[in-house]
Amino acid sequence: MPERIAAELSTRFGDITFQPQATRDGTPTFWTPQEHIVAILQFLKAEIQMPYRMLYDLTAIDERAYKQQQNGHKPYDFTIVYTLFSFERNEFLRLKAGLHGEYPAIQSITAVWPAANWYEREVYDMFGIRFHGHPFLKRILMPATWEGHPLRKEHPARATEMGPFKLYDEKQDREQESLRFKPEEWGLKRHSEDADFMFLNIGPQHPGTHGVLRIILQLNGEDIVDAVPDIGFHHRGAEKMGERQSWHTYIPYTDRIDYLGGVNNNLAYLLAVEQLGGIDVPLRAQVIRVMLCELFRIASHLVWYGTFAQDLGQLSPVFYMFTDRERVFEIIEAICGGRMHPNWFRIGGVAQDLPKGWEVLVKNFLQYFPRQLKEYDAMVMKNYLFKARTKGIGIYTLEEAIEWGVTGPGLRACGLEWDMRKKRPYSGYENFAFEIPVAQNGDCYDRAVVRVEEMRQSLRIIEQCMSWMPEGDYKSHHPLATPPVKANTMQDIETLIHHFLNVSWGPVIPSGEAMSCTEATKGWNSYYLVSDGNTAAYRVRVRTPSFPHMQMIPLISRGYTVADLLSILGGMDYVLADIDR
Amino acid sequence: MTNFWWIIGGVLFALLNTAAGLIWVERRMLALWQDRYGPNRAGPFGLLVVLADTLKLFFKEDWIPPFADKIVFVFAPGVVMLSVLMSFVVMPFGPHVIVADLNIGLLFFLAMSSLGVYSVVLGGWASNNKYALLGAMRGASQMISYEVFMGLALMGVVVLSGSFNLREIVEAQRTMWFIVPQFLGFLIFLVAGVAETHRLPFDIPEAESELVAGFHSEYSGMKFGMFFIGEYLGITLISGMLVTLYFGGWLGPAFLPPVIWFAIKTFCFILLFILFRASMPRPRYDQLMEYGWKVLFPLSILNLLVTAAIKLWLNN
Repeated sequence: MPERIAAELSTRFGDITFQPQATRDGTPTFWTPQEHIVAILQFLKAEIQMPYRMLYDLTAIDERAYKQQQNGHKPYDFTIVYTLFSFERNEFLRLKAGLHGEYPAIQSITAVWPAANWYEREVYDMFGIRFHGHPFLKRILMPATWEGHPLRKEHPARATEMGPFKLYDEKQDREQESLRFKPEEWGLKRHSEDADFMFLNIGPQHPGTHGVLRIILQLNGEDIVDAVPDIGFHHRGAEKMGERQSWHTYIPYTDRIDYLGGVNNNLAYLLAVEQLGGIDVPLRAQVIRVMLCELFRIASHLVWYGTFAQDLGQLSPVFYMFTDRERVFEIIEAICGGRMHPNWFRIGGVAQDLPKGWEVLVKNFLQYFPRQLKEYDAMVMKNYLFKARTKGIGIYTLEEAIEWGVTGPGLRACGLEWDMRKKRPYSGYENFAFEIPVAQNGDCYDRAVVRVEEMRQSLRIIEQCMSWMPEGDYKSHHPLATPPVKANTMQDIETLIHHFLNVSWGPVIPSGEAMSCTEATKGWNSYYLVSDGNTAAYRVRVRTPSFPHMQMIPLISRGYTVADLLSILGGMDYVLADIDR
Repeated sequence: MTNFWWIIGGVLFALLNTAAGLIWVERRMLALWQDRYGPNRAGPFGLLVVLADTLKLFFKEDWIPPFADKIVFVFAPGVVMLSVLMSFVVMPFGPHVIVADLNIGLLFFLAMSSLGVYSVVLGGWASNNKYALLGAMRGASQMISYEVFMGLALMGVVVLSGSFNLREIVEAQRTMWFIVPQFLGFLIFLVAGVAETHRLPFDIPEAESELVAGFHSEYSGMKFGMFFIGEYLGITLISGMLVTLYFGGWLGPAFLPPVIWFAIKTFCFILLFILFRASMPRPRYDQLMEYGWKVLFPLSILNLLVTAAIKLWLNN
């Protein structure tokens, strides 16, 4: 409903022109003058009827190399893209602010949304765009000593473009000096009126952080006064790589973002590509996709379940759950050949049809797993000590969750029944009967309750996939489907050429932009793709759920103890690659 | 006199072998309960893993961090070994198999096991590491508070048997094991015992997911090995004490010698300790203290009062 929001905006800001832009995903998109952006966002967040209360994403595009006219806005050098979401409207809204100059600046919106803090730091880190009024504008993903801003078009994408690496003594000293911990640099005080604080450095190598995450704790005794997450140790430039890999060869990179979610990443990426290319996926392929996504959801939740219990000192569940995850992987391996990184979905479908006998594997698992879940309930969820460690810990309210961009089980644990698979169905999820588990208290225990119930719902979906699996193609016959169905190439010259080009250059996806939004294992996962009609994306923006979740850590851990921090981290279910990309 | 030395030698030999053997027992039992194999390669049933582990510990670089307080750092692991081994002095393994038949045996045990906390505090402090410090602080407060009702819980047994001498306490159980009249006392002592050995669920001073390795984060090589063995000796000690005080010590049907009865019963409790580790999560530090002071402490006083009152009433 772009007309409706356009009308509302022009009623309020009569003197400002909001120029709409057509996008492939149908998200209302407007170019807004950058000097009014704070007022406009404030209006959209708080004053408008049915407000856009969530800042879903904030990113930038380096427009300087864009080959085509975009709504007559070619002259802009950089664009800041604000993506908002309204639960009342069930609608995204995209606002763009164009900027001029080599290293431009714009007003910070941290006063409107505190959650913009990390997003703006990321834009500064990646593009060198400054934000006036930002409380802590420092690099977030790259090391403090990094030269250049990686997502700018002039920044090299490969190490071989940068010249040989040399570590001189003075450089080594400089790098080491920059790592020295000075509390003031992180905005932390060394002592209060009546106490000296202890700074405890948790990570990047620590058994409780599930990966290379560093959290600086400001402690008074064992009580957390403040916590500052330091991320970026797992940053691998996934967005930059999207700009040099072809549309097809980027798929394996997506596997590695939420590396527990497997094909869920493929799906989020491909939905956006398919929107750009106008490709319809055959029904059978959709159902195969759904089935694998749900299998991966179970696998991912099992890892979370076991490690969560282990964080709280319970040693055994993780072994049982990894054994069960292995059973899920047996099915996945039989279908995809891969396990954690199956790289299985393709533009327009999936890589191959299901193997013979897949029903038997799935059926056995469906019979086996519910009993296990029941046992785990008795072992973990009903455990007195487990409850004592998780109930009332790390609470956030529904308002806070929306304010900070929390999605997925963390949002549903606050009582909001919102699942993208139901509310904005994709890949045929509307055909399946399942429930959205919710809980009310928004603490670590409730987040666990939601995830455990989600596994049961995933089983339901898988069962329906199995009994309903429609006949038909596993890949679209659309010319952009990559690689095209091989059997066709033996018939006529046209498809032979398509096959050759799509495999060698890669498909040429028409210009435009589109964003997907899927309910991944950890929350909403989006790929916002900008194409300039080339064999590679012009800009790939990966919006991951763990990034905003991690930003909330200071808010939800203040006043708790070190032991509680582990409950909070474990209950959050993040993956470092999902934060750092 | 020669008999005395034989007993000392035998007890030391048995204890050190038990402690080492527990490495294997614990790993195999945990594996069994966790659907795994555990160490099963070296030697029959993987038994030689004990040897491999010991050799590894011996040959590892025995590193003392430059920022540590060296003397205390070296001294601390010895304390735990020494205090636990000394506690075994008063333990009656059989009617005559006892190193020192002290008439204040129980008090001696309490005194020695209290000393164990020094190794945690000194080790954590001397490491000059924040994780170690946090672990040491947790350990100190945990062990000091659990000491209080550990002692109080045992007084029920003393009231019933009328003696602090452990041999006499066992003899007093000829008609009925103290587990029956002192069930509450047994439970409190069991909980306090787990806390004393800082094993899961009370491994809060170590808490590997929070504090890396807690008070012994900086230790390596044989110094770490001493903490390691000290922990297993502690389990054996508490198990042995549970058997002596509540399960009739060496008493049992005559077809097996008394020492064997004692060993079998002790081993059952050792397994219980391992089962705890396999099954329970860890409470938070303040929850543990709250549980101790608000639940166990009043219960142990109640237990003492009721036991004493019944005893007095029966005597009249």
